[in-house]
Amino acid sequence: MKNKNLMRRVAAVAVAAAMTASLTACGGAGGKGGNAIKIGASGPLTGPAAVYGTAVKAAAEMAVEEINAKGGLQFTLDFEDDTHDAEKAVTAYGVLKDWGMQVSLATVTSSPGAAVAPMYRDDHIFAITPSGSSLAIIYEDPDNAANPYGNMFQMCFTDPNQGVASADYLAAHPALGTQVAIIYKNDDNYSSGIYNKFKSQAATKGLSIVYEGTFDDSNASDFTVQLKKAQDAGADLIFLPIYYDPASLILTQANQMGYAPTFFGVDGMDGILTLEGFDTSLAEGVYLLTPFSADASDDLTKNFTANYKAKMNDIPNQFAADAYDCVYAIAQACEAAGVTADMSATDICDKLTTQFSSMTFNGLTGQNVTWSQSGEVSKSPKAVVIQNGVYVGVED
Amino acid sequence: MKKKIGLPAFLTDRKYRSRTTSFAFVIFGWVILEIMMNTGSLSSLFTSLLVPVCCYIVAAIGLNLNVGISGELNLGQACFMSVGAFTAVCLSGSLAQTIPSPVIRLILSLFAGAFVAAVFGALIGIPVLKLEGDYLAIVTLAFGQIVKSLITNTFFGIDDAGFHFSFVENKVELMPGGKMLLNGPMGATGTERISNFTTGIILILISLLVVFHLIYSRSGRAIMAARDNRIAAESVGIGIFRTKMLSFVISSCLAGAAGALYGLNYSTLVPAKFDFNTSILLLVYVVLGGLGNMTGTIIATVVLVLLPELLRSMQDYRMLIYAIVLILIMLLTNNETVRTALQRIRRKVRGKTNG
Repeated sequence: MKNKNLMRRVAAVAVAAAMTASLTACGGAGGKGGNAIKIGASGPLTGPAAVYGTAVKAAAEMAVEEINAKGGLQFTLDFEDDTHDAEKAVTAYGVLKDWGMQVSLATVTSSPGAAVAPMYRDDHIFAITPSGSSLAIIYEDPDNAANPYGNMFQMCFTDPNQGVASADYLAAHPALGTQVAIIYKNDDNYSSGIYNKFKSQAATKGLSIVYEGTFDDSNASDFTVQLKKAQDAGADLIFLPIYYDPASLILTQANQMGYAPTFFGVDGMDGILTLEGFDTSLAEGVYLLTPFSADASDDLTKNFTANYKAKMNDIPNQFAADAYDCVYAIAQACEAAGVTADMSATDICDKLTTQFSSMTFNGLTGQNVTWSQSGEVSKSPKAVVIQNGVYVGVED
Repeated sequence: MKKKIGLPAFLTDRKYRSRTTSFAFVIFGWVILEIMMNTGSLSSLFTSLLVPVCCYIVAAIGLNLNVGISGELNLGQACFMSVGAFTAVCLSGSLAQTIPSPVIRLILSLFAGAFVAAVFGALIGIPVLKLEGDYLAIVTLAFGQIVKSLITNTFFGIDDAGFHFSFVENKVELMPGGKMLLNGPMGATGTERISNFTTGIILILISLLVVFHLIYSRSGRAIMAARDNRIAAESVGIGIFRTKMLSFVISSCLAGAAGALYGLNYSTLVPAKFDFNTSILLLVYVVLGGLGNMTGTIIATVVLVLLPELLRSMQDYRMLIYAIVLILIMLLTNNETVRTALQRIRRKVRGKTNG
């Protein structure tokens, strides 16, 4: 008993000493280039959501390298791991702040982004998230989309916006189908968020919705009932604001029924071609509204896809494209506003906030991209159709 | 009678030594950190870790009472934190208009979180602690899952018309200006951050006070007797169920308070945060710090929360190295050679002070 206590005491003193030393030692560390603007970012590099963080990190690094190679304004990126956890995102924010971050890509995922957003506001650091789609990242009061933080911007669509954009697209392209059925997942925020906005926008645009089917976690394996009802209602287009897993089952079961309407998905459908055990020929002719398609024929996308493939040995997804665009948008805004590396984060924040809400940006994920005062992005989503197992951009 | 002259009893009496060490350690740490904060030498990273570390310490102290002192395995401490956290977040959110003072709201929320968690603890304890064996581990494990999925399916909002509640399917429709306090899988967003480090330290001191007061009381001795030999304790008239309930409910109550402080420290909180992994992490803090050793628990918590942050420079190998360090610590603290070496040092130190 005595020995135990002693050992613990010695350990305690040693640890206490080490900890106290470490508390201050961390200040001012890091900083690679003296004359570069410091971009901070955090996202999941470990854990189940790591696939998104890694993609964003790789694409952002690529963009920084390319911009630096051109000469002109120089940037340096510090990407910290937040494991898709609000608590870790806040500590990652602390690390970035100690490093001297001047501009930020905020976070990759939504809930950590909502946790750090008020801190960016309080410390007055400009941030634009590549892929955090929740309203809580840019609004202090997300339920009413009110009280925007002001210095938080988004590169991706918010969930509700995808619904609006889908309805607009369908109304503008009656050739795809006029009798719309919707199948959505009602216990999922992403899905029901898109559905709600789609429905109200469809009403204003005069789209005819003939059937609405729902499912949830407990019955996400059999869709024959919903499909049969949609068929009976005479639907020639089915809108699927859901992830690609259940969507693949819907495609398979519709095929077995011999029912062949046009299927229309949103960005959650991205990934269906890489799903294991799924016959991709069934996805032929599926339309999806996504901000980015890796097979687009413009030079920007071609270069990006080739470089990304060389670096990561993988085809870039929309997270990567959004991150790449974020860095380029920041660079463009910095150039235009005359931001230099020796400015304080607060000054940069003021300049970039004004710049972003007035500038137009052309990138991988859209042409003529603009931002509202509250930080929401406005860009026209690209519709792609799956042909011969690849995305093909639909020319308007 | 000759009166003893010297140091007060809590410094000299062996019985109180571990209590004094714990309090001294916490207060010493508090003073150092306050000085560092006021002189601006504490980095942003460590400033952001202060409150969560306090929360984990309080929850771990509670768990140590349950696991170390009472000898019952609890695999669901995080879900009591969850109950406390969401209670506090909802209460603080709904009182935002009526009570503008954040301090009063924080205190009320802490009490509410602690109380609701204690009620849940009692509800679980009543059937389970009457049984002999490891049933508590199984039930708390299941309870963690149940709480998580209950909160994931709860929708709770407030607007000018009052409260709105729905379960499984979100049917809550708020008037403009309304606020969702609990939004199903998205948890709570837009929470006002009212926790602070001082409250965290006070909470640690209170929990130490409660736990040590219990340990050195008649009930505390009964709890330990029931742990060491159930039959012998029963034979001298100790109510096993009562003693185990006492420590379990206090343990969950502390976890609830810790969770409340945690929830109010972040503007967003998801139910998935307090999953099985968090419960196990708390158990690791307790085991590494030493069963029944409160100072050890505090140190282990601080070290293990800081460790992954200090390893950030290792980049992708961070979690790998964290695991290796964890295993090394476990092995070293149990290694005979290391122990003997430490023993020798101790004898020397003691020899000097005595001679």
